[in-house]
Amino acid sequence: MWNYSDKVLDHFLHPRNMGHIENPDAVGEIGNIACGDALRLSMKIDDKERIIDAKFETFGCASAIASSSALTELVKGKTIDEALKISNDDIADYLDGLPGEKMHCSVMGQEALEKAIALYKGEEVVDSEHDHDEKIICKCFGVTDLKIARVVREHNLHTAEEVTHYCKAGGGCGQCIQDIENIIGEVWGKEKEKAQAADARNMKKEPMTNIIKMQLVMETIEKEIRPMLKSHGGDIDLIDVIGDHVKVSLRGACSECVSSGATLKMFVEEKLREFVHKGIVVEEIKD
Amino acid sequence: MKKVIYMDNNATTQVDERVLDAMKPFFCEKYGNPSSMHTFGGRVGSDIVKAREQVADLIGARPDEIIFTSCGTESDNAAINSALLSFPEKRHIVTTRVEHPSVLSFCKNFENRGYVVTYLSVDDKGNLDIEELKNSIKDDTAIVSIMAANNETGVIFPFEEIAAIVNEKGSLFHTDAVQFVGKLPLNMKDSNVDMLSLSGHKFHAPKGVGALYIRKGTRFRSFMIGGHQEKGRRAGTENVPLIVGLGKACELASIHVEEDQDRVKSLRDRLEKGLLEKSPDARVNGNHNSRLSNTSNISFEYIEGEAILLLLDQKGIAASSGSACTSGSLEPSHVLRAMGVPFTAAHGSVRFSLSRFNSDEDVDYVLENVPPVINRLREISPFGKESKD
Repeated sequence: MWNYSDKVLDHFLHPRNMGHIENPDAVGEIGNIACGDALRLSMKIDDKERIIDAKFETFGCASAIASSSALTELVKGKTIDEALKISNDDIADYLDGLPGEKMHCSVMGQEALEKAIALYKGEEVVDSEHDHDEKIICKCFGVTDLKIARVVREHNLHTAEEVTHYCKAGGGCGQCIQDIENIIGEVWGKEKEKAQAADARNMKKEPMTNIIKMQLVMETIEKEIRPMLKSHGGDIDLIDVIGDHVKVSLRGACSECVSSGATLKMFVEEKLREFVHKGIVVEEIKD
Repeated sequence: MKKVIYMDNNATTQVDERVLDAMKPFFCEKYGNPSSMHTFGGRVGSDIVKAREQVADLIGARPDEIIFTSCGTESDNAAINSALLSFPEKRHIVTTRVEHPSVLSFCKNFENRGYVVTYLSVDDKGNLDIEELKNSIKDDTAIVSIMAANNETGVIFPFEEIAAIVNEKGSLFHTDAVQFVGKLPLNMKDSNVDMLSLSGHKFHAPKGVGALYIRKGTRFRSFMIGGHQEKGRRAGTENVPLIVGLGKACELASIHVEEDQDRVKSLRDRLEKGLLEKSPDARVNGNHNSRLSNTSNISFEYIEGEAILLLLDQKGIAASSGSACTSGSLEPSHVLRAMGVPFTAAHGSVRFSLSRFNSDEDVDYVLENVPPVINRLREISPFGKESKD
C-alpha cells in the first residue's frame, strides 16, 4: 500500500474544484486513458490575465486526483505569468510530498497547466508525435528524448528508475532503459564508462581464430572457473575446443558430485559464454 | 479496528480457528526438532506424518509423494528447477503468459542461461489454445508448467487434459494449483500431473507453508540443499507448527469443500450480478464457464483501480485490482493484457475473491457501497460522460 500523506488523502477524498467550467478561457488536456492517467484542466481568466477560476477532471489513481486538486488550488488568483512559475515540485510540496513512484502525477499537473496557458496565449502547441526534432524513446508511454532530457535536468535525475518515476519512460517493456541511460549520460556529459567497457568486451566477440578462442577459453578457465572449483575441492581439465564446442573433464570432488553436475556444467558454460563467445556449448567428458 | 468486509481471499485468507488450535501445542510445549535422537524431539515426527497424510488425502495422493515447503513460490521454483537439473540436455520450457510471477519470473531468469521459454497465449476469455500447446512441446522440452486456476480471473485451465498431452509427448508436467487446492477436489491417483504446487494460506492455514506433490517415480533434484529432511528432497528443519496447521486446513477443506463452494458460488454470483446491474459500462473478465466459484474480476470503464480500492477501503471493503498503480509497475496486470482486455478496462479492474467466511450480509454491504464509489470517480473522470447522455 502506498504511504500517502494526510494531505494527499484529503485532496483525494475531498477533491477541490472538481468538474468543468462552462465557456472556459483556457483548457489543457494531457495524458490518455491507455497510459493510466489523464487530466483536463479548464480555467476562467479575466482581462488582467488573472486566473479567477480553475476546475479539473481526472482519470487516474489517488495521487493523480489529489495532484489535480492541488493544482487548481495553487493557480486560482494567480496571473498566468505567476502560474507558469508553478513547478511539479510545488504541487508535490503543497501535498506534503508524493511517493517517489508517483511524481509523474504532479508532472502531469504542471504539463496541463503549461498547455492550457500556451493555448490561451495563442502559441502553437505541437504534440510531441508531430515534432520532427523529437524522437520517441519510450514506445510504451510515448515519451520523447526531449521530455526525458527535461525531467533529468529539472529534477537532477541520475538513474533510469528515477526517470520512470517522473515521466513513466522505461516503465513498460523496459527496452528503452539503455536509451534513457544514454540520455542521462548526455545531459550530465559524463563519460559513458559502462558503454565503453561493454564495447571493449564486444571487441572480443568479433569473429576470432580458433587459436585466439582456445587461448581465451584457457584464460577464462584459469581466472574465472578453476578458482571457484578448487574452493569446492574440485578441478577442471580442458580436453578440446572444436568450433564453439568446448569439451572439459571435471576432476576431484566435482566429478563425483552427481547432483550438482548439471549446475556445474551450467556454471562453466555461463562463464565461457560471458568471457569468450555467447555461442559456446560445454560438453562434459567422463573418463 | 472497524469491521472489514474481506473480499480479497485470493491474496490470502483468514486462518481457521481450528487450524490455530491444532498448531498451538507446537510452540511452547511440543517444540522439539523431529530430527533429534531424544523422544522429546522425535515424537513430533508422528505429527508430521499425520499432516502429510492429511495433505495427501485432500488431493488423492500417497503421503510419500508430498514434500513440505515454505510457500507456493518455493514449490513452483523447486518443481521447475528440478526438471531442469534432472534433464540438463533439455533446454526448453513451456509455460503461459498468465502464470503467477513465481513461475513466470523464474522461467524468465533461465532465458539468460541458455534456455528457450515458450509463453503460450490466451484468448479474450483467458482460455489456452490446446493446439498451440501441442505444437509447442518439442523433444528438448524439459518441463511444461501451467497453472490450474488463475489468481486474477479465476479461470480454470483444463490441466488434466494438458497433463495427458504433455505426458504423451514425453515431458514433465507441473501445475501451480495454489488457487485451486482447497476449493475444488483433486485426485492425483487418476491424474497425469507430475508435480503440483499448493499453498496453505490460500485456504485458511497460515502464511509460510506450502507443499509440492511429486508423483512417485518422477526424478527430483532438491532446491533447498542441506540436511536430510523430507528424505533429502527439501533441506531445512521442518516448520512443525505450520506443517501441522497445513495438515489441519487440508482436513477441513476435504470435509467442507463441496458445501462451501456451493454457498460461496451463490454469494459470488449474486455479488457479480448485482454489481453489473447497478454499474453501467462494467464487464466481467474471464471465462464464465470455467472459473473458480469464489472469484469475480470486474472492469469498470473510465476509472482507475487504485482510486476505487482506496475509496472502498474507506468503506471497510478489502479487494484488489489489476491496475498499473497497484501492481507496482506502470502497466496494468499482465494477465488482463495477455487476454487483450483493453487498457481502458484493465486500469479499472477490481477483483473480489470470497471464502467460506463471507456472508450474505457482506454481499449486501458491498452491493450497497460499491456503486456510489464507481459513480463518484466517474464524475471526476473526463471520460465516459457521453455514454451517460
